[in-house]
Amino acid sequence: MYAQLVDTGAKRLKTLEEMSPEERAFQEKIDAEIKIEPKNWMPEGYRRTLIRQISQHAHSEIVGMLPEKNWLTRAPNFKRKLQLLAKIQDEGGHGLYLYSAMETLGADRDEEVAKLHSGEVKYSSIFNYPALSWADMGTIGWLVDGAAIVNQVVLQRTSYGPYSRAMIRICKEESFHQRQGYQILLHMMQNGTDEQKAMVQDSINRFWWPAMMMFGPHDSDSPNSAQSMAWKIKRMSNDDLRQRFIDQTVPQLEFLGCTAPDPELKWNETRGHYDFGEIDWTEFYDVVKGNGPCNRDRLRTRRKAIEEGTWVREAASAYAAKQKQKNAAA
Amino acid sequence: MNQNQALFEYLLRLGDSDMILGQRLCEWVGNAPALEEEMAIGNVALDLIGQARSWLTLAAEVASAAELEAAGRSADDLAFTRDERAYRNLLIVEQANGNFADTMARQYLFDVWHYHLLSALSGSADERVAAIAAKGLKEVTYHLRRSSAWIKRLGDGTEESHARMQDAIDEIWTYSGEMFIADEVDNLLAVAGIGADLNRLRSLWQADVQALLAEATLNCPSMDEYMQRGSKQGLHTEQLGFLLAEMQFLPRAYPGASW
Amino acid sequence: MSDWTLFEVFVRSKHGLNHKHVGSVHAADAAMALENARELYTRRSEGVSIWVVPSAAITASSPDEKEPLFDPSDDKVYRHATFYDLPKEVGHM
Repeated sequence: MYAQLVDTGAKRLKTLEEMSPEERAFQEKIDAEIKIEPKNWMPEGYRRTLIRQISQHAHSEIVGMLPEKNWLTRAPNFKRKLQLLAKIQDEGGHGLYLYSAMETLGADRDEEVAKLHSGEVKYSSIFNYPALSWADMGTIGWLVDGAAIVNQVVLQRTSYGPYSRAMIRICKEESFHQRQGYQILLHMMQNGTDEQKAMVQDSINRFWWPAMMMFGPHDSDSPNSAQSMAWKIKRMSNDDLRQRFIDQTVPQLEFLGCTAPDPELKWNETRGHYDFGEIDWTEFYDVVKGNGPCNRDRLRTRRKAIEEGTWVREAASAYAAKQKQKNAAA
Repeated sequence: MNQNQALFEYLLRLGDSDMILGQRLCEWVGNAPALEEEMAIGNVALDLIGQARSWLTLAAEVASAAELEAAGRSADDLAFTRDERAYRNLLIVEQANGNFADTMARQYLFDVWHYHLLSALSGSADERVAAIAAKGLKEVTYHLRRSSAWIKRLGDGTEESHARMQDAIDEIWTYSGEMFIADEVDNLLAVAGIGADLNRLRSLWQADVQALLAEATLNCPSMDEYMQRGSKQGLHTEQLGFLLAEMQFLPRAYPGASW
Repeated sequence: MSDWTLFEVFVRSKHGLNHKHVGSVHAADAAMALENARELYTRRSEGVSIWVVPSAAITASSPDEKEPLFDPSDDKVYRHATFYDLPKEVGHM
């Protein structure tokens, strides 16, 4: 997902008996679905894991603006240009809501952004794939935002109050993103030329598997999941989320009149779910490690923006200090 | 030239300047000096492109109703298929983003002009023009407030920002004079009470800009310096062609396709 | 951005309602904080008024004191109108 591999520092769950009285009270609160608020006592691991998860989520929103920006200046008409700009701008806003939630845990935004820039903290692997055609604006909105929404809807019930509230706001605002993307594709499939239809299918072929990877490794390969689930930082397992996403996406794919690049994709009557093929995990870990087609570009762009903006931010601070002095003297 | 031809031309100028500046601001996405600034630049760009759409939609209506040469073309056709020589935006808005000071200098000088222009057009004898102007004026009032604040912050910030801001003003200044040069179109519409009086705009603009630059501890260049011109005849700088090549890529690469 | 200040943002969504905490922004000064808050928290006409307050200026009650601070008012039912039964004949009061 937007935070794919979050280390909780705990390989095994503590039982209630093993916990200190504070830890036990904390866990009982979580079990009773009572939200944890900024000044409440919390285990250090909970705080650290949350900072990690929320910052990765925020970084993903910010880096996620870049593939779409690649086509913003080439959007084909007024309607699409305005929609895309509003969507990209929402993503910036969502990054900021999340950083704001993260800062209630005592983390500093600049320090966390520096960890992103140094490669210490990751963002979602999906944004390391290039946006090569206009149809990608549709596919990103439909598949990528669609996958993100599946996760975020569940996270509205996360145990940490500020994170949960940010998620509620984000989900409300994001409802138009996926529709915006799907409509781009649908319009091309229903009103487009053969060339445009081929553009849509090509785009789906390229983004299908990377979108499936967004939910992270199999549950059996997610050593940190148990602790995150117990803390209710995570509320559904990677595999369950992925299945939910596929089940809701395939009918939409069929309505488009397109296919998925997965020969094993088919409805399983007994399970009541779609069966699907195995993800290429080597590719997943390669991209996470920094070897995706765009990892270097994405980070370079973000680093450059913040570095080249230093003199601007310093000027604003210097001006504010001068004004303060002037007002004090007056 | 009759009044409809003049109005069509006038609307193209209004729409094109908004469109091109909006496009330039889009280039900042992902590159702004602070995340909060990403949001602000995005909002201004959304406002400007929205205004461009309103002006060009009206232009298309006027062309069709009066059976002008451009009859039958939509706002999208006008924005996404007209070539450089047919574009009527001010030279100032097509200038490259440069650094943040360059962008803010361009924005501020344009915003002051835009603000007074839309104030005047809010009282236009053409109700359609007045309505678009009145709506745009609310947005531009905010754009101006924001760019003014940045001119002050950068002008009276650090030594480095002061130097960069002064360079930016000096560099863009030569493109500011064109905003006040009236031609047949302007004169015809001003007399009809539809368009704005550019002489009056000039003195309002000058007073505002001089006052703000002084407050920002910046030197205000003279209005009598040599000023570039040509956009009203579609004579642009070399910057515009590349911008249009990018902006118009899809409609030109796939003629007749619907998106 | 380290020397930009963290401001808490409160938005009044409609005339007649209280300002409500919505999140925070970074800014060099209060004027910029107001602008940044406007860009971030009122993109969908969510507000008619914004307050910004430096986060450091807020004093919050400690959660450990929740019981002494708030529990004592739990049993003061006589502060609520519903505590007072009146004959129907009196009508609405």
